[in-house]
Amino acid sequence: MQKVIAQNKLLKKLKASMQDADQRKSLGNDIKNIALIILKAAIIIGVGYVILSPVIGMLVNSFSSDMDAVDPMVFVLPKKPTLERYSLAALRMNYLPTMAKDLIYTLTLTLLQLLICSMVGYGFARFDFPLKKLLFGCVVVMIVIPAHTIMLPLYLSFREFNPFGLVKLITGSTINLMGTPIPMYIMTLLGCGVRSGLYIYIFNQFFRGLPKEIEEAALVDGAGVWYTYFRIMLRNAMPSVITVAVFSIVWQFNDTFYAKLFLISEDVVISKKIATLQAVIANQDKILSVTIQELYLDAGIILVLLPIVLIYVFLQKYFIEGVERSGIVG
Amino acid sequence: MKKKKKMTLLQKRSMMGWLFILPWLVGFLVFYVRSLFMTGQFAFSTMTIDAINGGYTLDFAGIENFRYAFMVHPSFKQELTTSVMNMLIDVPLITFFSLFMAMLLNKKFPGRTLVRAIFFLPIILNSGAITAAMELSQQMMNGGISTQAADAAVTAGTTLALDVDYLISMFMNLGLPASILDYIVQAVARINDIISASGVQIIIFIAALQSIPGSMYEVAKIEGATGYETFWKVTFPMVMPHIITNVVYTIVDSFTESSVVNLAYETTLTQFNYGLGSVFSLVSTVVTCVILVVVCGFIQKRAFYYN
Repeated sequence: MQKVIAQNKLLKKLKASMQDADQRKSLGNDIKNIALIILKAAIIIGVGYVILSPVIGMLVNSFSSDMDAVDPMVFVLPKKPTLERYSLAALRMNYLPTMAKDLIYTLTLTLLQLLICSMVGYGFARFDFPLKKLLFGCVVVMIVIPAHTIMLPLYLSFREFNPFGLVKLITGSTINLMGTPIPMYIMTLLGCGVRSGLYIYIFNQFFRGLPKEIEEAALVDGAGVWYTYFRIMLRNAMPSVITVAVFSIVWQFNDTFYAKLFLISEDVVISKKIATLQAVIANQDKILSVTIQELYLDAGIILVLLPIVLIYVFLQKYFIEGVERSGIVG
Repeated sequence: MKKKKKMTLLQKRSMMGWLFILPWLVGFLVFYVRSLFMTGQFAFSTMTIDAINGGYTLDFAGIENFRYAFMVHPSFKQELTTSVMNMLIDVPLITFFSLFMAMLLNKKFPGRTLVRAIFFLPIILNSGAITAAMELSQQMMNGGISTQAADAAVTAGTTLALDVDYLISMFMNLGLPASILDYIVQAVARINDIISASGVQIIIFIAALQSIPGSMYEVAKIEGATGYETFWKVTFPMVMPHIITNVVYTIVDSFTESSVVNLAYETTLTQFNYGLGSVFSLVSTVVTCVILVVVCGFIQKRAFYYN
């Protein structure tokens, strides 16, 4: 009975609104808006699911026991969760020492990138010197040219490391730097590390957007160029520093091209261990079922990604703010 | 000393400028200019590395390496064309998808921070080593044969409980041209790749959208423009310069991960055929640069610069 009354009320309301042209419009708009919001939410949730589903799958796999892996009834929640995958994967990857070394490697390189690239970006943004336009064109060329074009000469010059013939002059033979992370440090120190061109570009755009008056004030107060740069400009460039730091940490950590090219040891670059983890577990622990091996691999991948995801979650608020304010867009 | 005193303030500033960019300049000359020159040299010669004493000898071979790459090598031409074709398919898809997503994410809605954090996750997850490991394990599952593409299609069809073939044939019957349909089906099938490749592009577009002055939208609203018109007359022209940035980024990125680069890497460092590897690198780089110049020129003509 109540239902009928409610329906009648609704019908009356509808009729009334139909008669009033203004209200009709607003009702139409409301429906349109709600439909749009639902559509947008559906798209965002859908795409978010596509991104997250492999991660969810890996997480589930890494906690499943042998029974869960073959049980078709298990969906998302394993019946007998186990931490055994993690312990064995961590053991075979020698997780903690390797990860510590890799993080030190990544973070020191990131600091170098920040220092060198911000310096170069500042140099391009604030000083006038002959050939500036041409040289900045070279920075763009550096972004565009794929690193594989120059890989063989790089390989050769670090295999027989002999800057300006000095090493051969002193010790009589060249140094083989293959297998150590030193080539990566040298390249980063000279502004040619992993995607350095892009970072120089970002810093340049940001410094160009800062008001010149800051520097002039510092100059009048008697600050030197280096003091101005380190104590004033770099402080002001925090948004782009964070942006570049996040990019650099992530890309340096995920980089396999240079790690493969310079044959950097597995004990420093942990992502190289992932490639062999499945085979190691199959051979050393005599786990022959591919399905079970994959569970260990997933646990290993989660372990490797964990620190980077944590750093990202910690920095992401500043990162997104930084992206909005920093010089990615001129 | 006398000379130093005579430097004007401007000259001093320019000296400081040189000092600031000095590290990069040295690196660029040593690692890029010299290496490019050397790669060119290797491509035209046969190279033998002296394993005992170190060092290498070059014998001039003319265009022999190029002839071998294009006339004799079994897979180079195919790999090159597949890489280029994949890239040409990907670039418009990724660009428009990321522009679309950026516009969605740019609006204010509850839970925006979380959603944005999720959307930038692919940048982290997109690690070469991990993808390679997963592919390897997938191949072991399939008995050592790489039948991934076919397999993925099958599972996608079954898990969705949706007959994809039926849908496709329905569109066929509607009279859509087969080539366009093919493109759309391919795009949908590779949605995962496209999403995971467009993290950085979404970031760039969000930054671009933030930089559009709000007064422009107010004017459009007052003049009575609909949302559709506002997009094509205000938003699109304003982000046009960043479309170029994104297209360049996408092209370079997709080429660094393409199969032709893998081939060059394998030839050089696994088969130790240095001359041929250099030819592969050089040819693929030249092709990339030509595509970049053509595409950028094409967009630049239509671009509008606010400043």
